Amino acid sequence: MAAGGVLAAFGIPAARAATKAAPRVVVIGGGFGGASCARLIKGEDRDITVTLVEANSTYIACPFSNAVIAGLRPLEQQKFGYDRVRAAGIEVIHRKVTAVDTKQRTVRLDDGKQLAYDRLVVAPGVELRFDAIPGYNEAAAEVLPHAWKAGEQTLLLRRQLEAMKDGGVVVMSAPANPFRCPPGPYERASLIAHYLKTHKPRSKLILLDAKDAFSKQKLFEAAWRELYPGMIEWVSLSSGGNVTRIETDTRTFVTEFGSHVADVGNVIPPQRAAAVAALAGVADQTGWCPVDPVSFESTLQPGVHVIGDAIIAGGMPKSAFSANSQARVCATAVVDLLRERKPASPKLINTCYSLVAPDYGISVAGVYQPANGLLTDVPGAGGVSALDAPKSMRAQEATYAEAWFKTITHGVFG
Amino acid sequence: MSRLLYTLVATTLVVAPGLTWAASPPGAASCLGCHTVAAEGGPVPALGSFTAEQMVTAMQAFRSGSRPATVMNRIAKGFSDEEIKAIADWYARSKSK
Ligand SMILES: Cc1cc2nc3c(=O)[nH]c(=O)nc-3n(C[C@H](O)[C@H](O)[C@H](O)COP(=O)(O)OP(=O)(O)OC[C@H]3O[C@@H](n4cnc5c(N)ncnc54)[C@H](O)[C@@H]3O)c2cc1C
Repeated sequence: MAAGGVLAAFGIPAARAATKAAPRVVVIGGGFGGASCARLIKGEDRDITVTLVEANSTYIACPFSNAVIAGLRPLEQQKFGYDRVRAAGIEVIHRKVTAVDTKQRTVRLDDGKQLAYDRLVVAPGVELRFDAIPGYNEAAAEVLPHAWKAGEQTLLLRRQLEAMKDGGVVVMSAPANPFRCPPGPYERASLIAHYLKTHKPRSKLILLDAKDAFSKQKLFEAAWRELYPGMIEWVSLSSGGNVTRIETDTRTFVTEFGSHVADVGNVIPPQRAAAVAALAGVADQTGWCPVDPVSFESTLQPGVHVIGDAIIAGGMPKSAFSANSQARVCATAVVDLLRERKPASPKLINTCYSLVAPDYGISVAGVYQPANGLLTDVPGAGGVSALDAPKSMRAQEATYAEAWFKTITHGVFG
Repeated sequence: MSRLLYTLVATTLVVAPGLTWAASPPGAASCLGCHTVAAEGGPVPALGSFTAEQMVTAMQAFRSGSRPATVMNRIAKGFSDEEIKAIADWYARSKSK
């Protein structure tokens, strides 16, 4: 969007202009995007009243949840509370947002309470589409877990792997793009294979994919050959990887070319921006949210900003790192716009680490800037870890992954 | 809430009290996805431990490939000399505040 568009979208609701009260920002969603953004807005300008609405009182982080599935980490290490967010001067309300009125600039909570805002930040993450694969609904997820939102689902998949006999078959399915955490399914396949190799070495994993290519593919495939020879079978879209039906009673994944019966099954279904995005009118027909890449203001609803997994981010993947980078830029833009300043054009970074084994990390990095209305890769920058890197570098990247998780969760929740 | 507590809590995200992100150069905020400003002893160095010159030299070496790296070589390639200098100056200033 042109700079003029950003300024034109700026407006002070009549009520606030009349009373000259402190500007009010409401943030929906207290994940890597929303909780960061709330804190940064407050940190930037204490005079702004910031309210964070988050459905759950405990946040359970997805990064490293694949290690929980593989038995390498307790789920407890994934849990974070909001005490420090409150201590930073933010009102945190554990309620679900059920309606957004962008004309009146109000948000309605599931207890009927209404919150007024001058600017709204929507950071609700994704919703799993239980209408996309016939046979795969919420009840089916109790049999064939998705584990794509960390918590009980993560533990369910863990327990099923523990209970599986040696020689069993694990079947996973991965969706087409775009979806949360593009390297995530392949990290999961790797760490499950690590568990199988160490505990149930005669077992096998089949990964059915609705794509013909995936993130860090060469690195993953080289590592699979080296660490888990013959254990992981990746079935691409053109080899029949697209799952057309799920039969829970027999744990069967039906594809265009045949069917696969699982001892343990993990369906990662297609996704869209979480429901509140549609309620707020910021999602388009794709199910995702178009935004101005300078301010993260919705191109559909002035005064509403959207960040994190829910947005159409151009080259930026849906990651916690991206959500946090976007939160930083969005926070500054929200403060700028409330103070009637024009937000500057930003540069953002993403780095996603994946563990192929506990001491074997690989990464993809990128630098992004606004171009043609999207966040676009800065040419020549970014890319994946070297294919021929020595073991020591893989080990180093594994320690970086852990360090990243500590730093980011400390910054958001600590 | 006491002012002291607020300051302690806020510094991890705000960099330094009194220095706001509004005036920060493009890209500076994203560094804190991995780095902290104050040293904490992890494998990733704290940005506050460098002078502006040290940061510029390191970033240019990462970018040209003369200094081996895991990730910083790929990230440094996304920034021009002017951008690197602006970020380095900004972190050096934030430290002295
Ligand atoms: C297995 C797995 C591994 C991953 N590994 C990595 C990794 O290594 N690195 C990485 O960078 N990323 C990783 N990710 C991706 C990362 O988890 C997401 O990109 C990140 O959580 C996105 O942040 P967000 O703030 O957009 O959404 P979320 O973190 O999902 O937060 C959204 C919040 O909004 C709340 N919410 C939604 N609707 C409402 C409502 N109506 N009212 C109130 N609250 C609401 C939700 O309760 C939730 O807490 C991984 C993901 C998975 C599944």
